[in-house]
Amino acid sequence: MNIIVLGLNHRTASVELRELLAIQDSRMGEALGRLMAYSGIKEAMYLGTCNRVEVYAVVEKGEWGFRQLEDFLVSTHFSLSTEDLLPHLYRYSDDEAIAHLFRVSASLDSMVVGEPQVLGQVKEAYDLALTHRSSGVILNKVVKKAISVGKSVRTNTRIGEYAVSVSYAAVELAKKVFSNLKQRVVLLVGAGEMGKLAAQHLVNQGVKEVLITNRNHHRAFMLAERFHGQAVPYEQLRSTLPKVDIVICATGAPHYVITKDDIEMAVYHRMNRPMFLIDITVPRNIDPAVKDVDNAYVFDIDDLKAHVGHNQEERLKEAETAEHMVKEEVGSMVAWVRGLEATPTIVALRKKAEEIKQGELEKVFGRLGELSSKERSAIEGLASAIVNKLLHGPVVTLKSEAQSQNGFAFIEAARRFFELREREIHSGEIPLLEDETGDGVREERLPQKDGV
Amino acid sequence: MPELLSYLTMGLYFGGTLLFLLYLWHRSDVISKISLVTTGLGFISHTSGLIMAMVSMGHVPIMTFKDAMSFFAWGLVLVFLVVAMKRGLEVLGAFILPLAFLSLVSATLAPQSADTLAPVFQTVWVHVTLSILGTIGFAVAFVAGLMYVMQERLLKSKQFNVLSFKLPPLDFLDSLNQRSILFGFPLLTLGILTGAVSAQLTIGSYLSWNSEQIWALITWFFYFAVLMGRVTAGWRAKKAAYLTIVGFAGVILTFVGILIKSPQPMSPL
Repeated sequence: MNIIVLGLNHRTASVELRELLAIQDSRMGEALGRLMAYSGIKEAMYLGTCNRVEVYAVVEKGEWGFRQLEDFLVSTHFSLSTEDLLPHLYRYSDDEAIAHLFRVSASLDSMVVGEPQVLGQVKEAYDLALTHRSSGVILNKVVKKAISVGKSVRTNTRIGEYAVSVSYAAVELAKKVFSNLKQRVVLLVGAGEMGKLAAQHLVNQGVKEVLITNRNHHRAFMLAERFHGQAVPYEQLRSTLPKVDIVICATGAPHYVITKDDIEMAVYHRMNRPMFLIDITVPRNIDPAVKDVDNAYVFDIDDLKAHVGHNQEERLKEAETAEHMVKEEVGSMVAWVRGLEATPTIVALRKKAEEIKQGELEKVFGRLGELSSKERSAIEGLASAIVNKLLHGPVVTLKSEAQSQNGFAFIEAARRFFELREREIHSGEIPLLEDETGDGVREERLPQKDGV
Repeated sequence: MPELLSYLTMGLYFGGTLLFLLYLWHRSDVISKISLVTTGLGFISHTSGLIMAMVSMGHVPIMTFKDAMSFFAWGLVLVFLVVAMKRGLEVLGAFILPLAFLSLVSATLAPQSADTLAPVFQTVWVHVTLSILGTIGFAVAFVAGLMYVMQERLLKSKQFNVLSFKLPPLDFLDSLNQRSILFGFPLLTLGILTGAVSAQLTIGSYLSWNSEQIWALITWFFYFAVLMGRVTAGWRAKKAAYLTIVGFAGVILTFVGILIKSPQPMSPL
């Protein structure tokens, strides 16, 4: 049994290729069904974000599994061939696969380290796998752990505290002026890509209202729909300014769209309530002289980049701490997976029973005092008989069920019933789940919600 | 024992001051925790000192300049601890603790009046307490103004450093400023009224036009104007921050005025 991952990301493949492999949520059921139809694949999860496409699977044999996953990815899009895809793929198995997933959900593998979206995307991928019953005992445990590692990295390091991208930096800076963005009104001037992105980030923060204006009113109208905002005629830009707290300017016009006079008037009408302006375009659309207006704070693209750059160093330092945290968690996860072998579990179970038996015998001998050797061996025999008879059932079941579809569930259950910890099982240093010959017959899989 | 406690308090506040100033420039949350604990210990020792004095005197010790300053510092630290716990605004400590520490120092440096002003009339006692509480409001407004000006400068000059990271957002500071004045102003008003009543009772005249009273009235009009200006003329944000800094300078001058003019025990306003 192996845990494997096959995938490509922003480092290994172009966005065009990644797009071809993207699977819509609505078609995920069909895709996961296709995955599970491969005979060696026991569990599977598809993780697709704008920067990566990865398939995680629990397979009977690693080598076979990789080939099956390759086949799956190639058949995702009709125009793809194995030759196109192979050079861009990376493969990890077992310890490395677990470590990779943990790093992904801790946002250490992201294009912008520390960005907050990926954790949510891992959660969604997992939910889809649960819904379509493609995850089982192992993926449930591993992915849940990955999510909790991601969360704990987020809360215990400052990795996510720093601005993630230029547009995110805009939000960070806005928060230096306004503590609560929920009561703020945003005006988006123009329809530039960066402007839309910054507006999107602000909308995600839950601003009160979004106003959109554009020379082309139809476009403003379209954008207003997208942001659930309101389109304002371009001629009313000046009269609208006093109403807005945050202005994002991204028009692509070669001249100033907002002048110092405009802002002076606006701040005057606002009775000195502060304004926050972001100019994302080059050449600039907001007169830089606006910075001399009291209570108006204007930032251009260079300022935002400086803000991001400043944070980048801090983030790298935090990333190191996060890497350590991930490494520690991977260790205990690997130990757990190793323990899912039937043999070490049985060994641990016997060892535990033996320890209990010996302990109890010593106690009883201590209390009884002098005993003849016959008496002693009678008592010892009794204890051994009880232990062996009690263990007989579980051991036989473990041995027989280990090969079945729900084998891991039985082993995990045994470990919980008898309170066998990973370390006890792991102490045998057994190589990670070498080979489990399943019968290949797929039965209906139970949704393994709590890992049992 | 009270002596020892007052030195202990002063030492702890000094430690808190240094630690909070250090915290301002370092990205470590550990420092803020240590500073908070130090300040908390200082506050406990301060409170114990006050309680002991209260027990021996039978009333809150505010009748000498020294006691009044000590009570003022105590109130300030209390406000800080509450805000720090409730809002997680440890950074406030870097501004309030130095103020509290300096108040205690100035209290010890002030000429020690031999005897306390006997609180013959309850009104004197009420007058002093209200005035001190009002002053605490203005002190917090001053600190908010100071932080506002710093954050404003950092934003305008586009310096994104540790300090700008730690200072709260501008609108929060502006509203803290406003709320503190709204807290301090009515108390000062009542303080002045009860002061006038006590003056009437003790020397038979509501107003004797001494420097302390004149400054108190100027202060009152000033903060009244600041409050009115916010509503009518848009004196908010940067302007309000500068005004409250100037206003508090006036309050400090009143203190100094009291100290220089009359070594006798007096109210701070």
